[in-house]
Amino acid sequence: MFELLGIPPQALFGQLLLGLINGAFYAMLSLGLAVIFGMLNVINFTHGAQYMMGAFAAWLMLTILDIPFWVALVLAPIVVGLFGVVLEKVMLKRIYHLDHLYGFLLTFGLALVIEGLFQWKWGSSGAPYPSPIPGGTNLGFMFLPTYRGFVVVAALVICLVTWYGIERTRLGAYLRAATENPTLVRAFGINVPRLITLTYGLGVGLAALAGVLAAPIQQVSALMGTNLVLVVFAVVVIGGMGSIMGSIVTGFGLGLVEGLTKVFYPPASNTVIFVVMAIVLLVKPAGLFGQTK
Amino acid sequence: MPWCRKSRQSSKPMSVPVMAEALLKAPLLKVDGLQAWYGESHILHGVDFEIGHGELVTLLGRNGAGKTTTLKSVMGIVEKRSGSVTFEGRQLVGHPSNEIARLGIAYCPEERGIFSSLNVEENLLLPPVVKPGGMSLAEIYQLFPNLEERKRSQGTKLSGGEQQMLAIGRILRTGAPLLLLDEPTEGLAPVIVQRIGEIIRELKSRGFTILLVEQNFHFAATVADRHYVMEDGRVVDMIASADVQQNIGKLQAYLGV
Repeated sequence: MFELLGIPPQALFGQLLLGLINGAFYAMLSLGLAVIFGMLNVINFTHGAQYMMGAFAAWLMLTILDIPFWVALVLAPIVVGLFGVVLEKVMLKRIYHLDHLYGFLLTFGLALVIEGLFQWKWGSSGAPYPSPIPGGTNLGFMFLPTYRGFVVVAALVICLVTWYGIERTRLGAYLRAATENPTLVRAFGINVPRLITLTYGLGVGLAALAGVLAAPIQQVSALMGTNLVLVVFAVVVIGGMGSIMGSIVTGFGLGLVEGLTKVFYPPASNTVIFVVMAIVLLVKPAGLFGQTK
Repeated sequence: MPWCRKSRQSSKPMSVPVMAEALLKAPLLKVDGLQAWYGESHILHGVDFEIGHGELVTLLGRNGAGKTTTLKSVMGIVEKRSGSVTFEGRQLVGHPSNEIARLGIAYCPEERGIFSSLNVEENLLLPPVVKPGGMSLAEIYQLFPNLEERKRSQGTKLSGGEQQMLAIGRILRTGAPLLLLDEPTEGLAPVIVQRIGEIIRELKSRGFTILLVEQNFHFAATVADRHYVMEDGRVVDMIASADVQQNIGKLQAYLGV
């Protein structure tokens, strides 16, 4: 077998795949954050908890109701998305006119409460979720578990569908216009408050969808979203707040950067994204794809 | 408050044919004792005026007289308002702007409000159709050929004149019979102002009812049927276009030109 820079290819490609998978989750989660921030002007710190709720919903559906993975993949995001709709109607809509800080406090507090409740009910050790597509393929230079390959492709499709929906459809045009000037869009006869509720529901549903996809890879546990969401916020900052394509490209890109760091300088792998964030903020404060408002 | 008494006096009983005739003659938009506030500042102190079907009426007045606020109050996008605004007999005060738009009122703001994240055609297609009988996209492109040439351009990359035409063109698709135009000639070159004048006359001939806010009185005089003069948040005078020459001195005093 060949070697690259003294690194065995199994290690290199293995880490690249891991990076790609992490990147897929970064992309899906930062996409939802970007959509929500653009429309609501709220940084949704509950995103990680909602991702966890997606995984839990799938796990509960499987263990209690015997609902298979593929059905849960559709059902769990709808259930968690509806929970988001209620959250928006009951709480979030009351704070739009206030400073960003209140949105932060509310969504951060909600995340703590939700994760606390799940931890109290199901503990924090986590439960396994069986892989819906077991097995894998030996590609010669590495072993590719089928489900992981599926996750990368599914995440790409989800990201592109979301991008298309926002950039190329009528509803997306309403969303983009309302992000810029909600007052005028409303004066054209569009029910902007309902559009905002819908956007939040969709963003939360997207987080839950990522959670369902993550369930067979990770342990389903109350705190599975907390660590991930920290990195995702860094991804959003690097990509540029509110940029859709920025979130997708940065998400996958940073996953790969992280994977490569694990190969070449493992001690830095946990911090590399934050180093990138610091550099980007110094050079381009609005983020790689961001526009200064 | 005089407007309260006025509206109560008019409610005497009518026979059915008289009522039908009254409905036909009734103004499309009637504003009675309209007051509006931005935060703590009281901007409109009882505005009264009306517009008949197919009429083109201007609001004239100096900066800060309350013309733009009047349009915004009709549209329902000021923080707080009171008094009465009726459109086709329906009360608008107390309703949110999206419901008011759905009744058939279209608004073209002073700052034009072209969306930078939308291209020209997306900007044109943005306002939903609220009533049948609006203009088709093809008709709008016929009226504004420049817009068709640049339909894939980012909305805010157009020249000021083109952006104004986009802002006007955008609300013609909706089928709304009443157009509120806020200073469509502001900051534009004379030749473009002339073109916008032609377009506004064309819209009137197509049956649109238009409420136009203008600083440029000479422009307003060439297009409108009547002019309401505003001062300090009230309508203080009404002058028909035919009587403008006799009243030129008075108008100049009002407008400070």
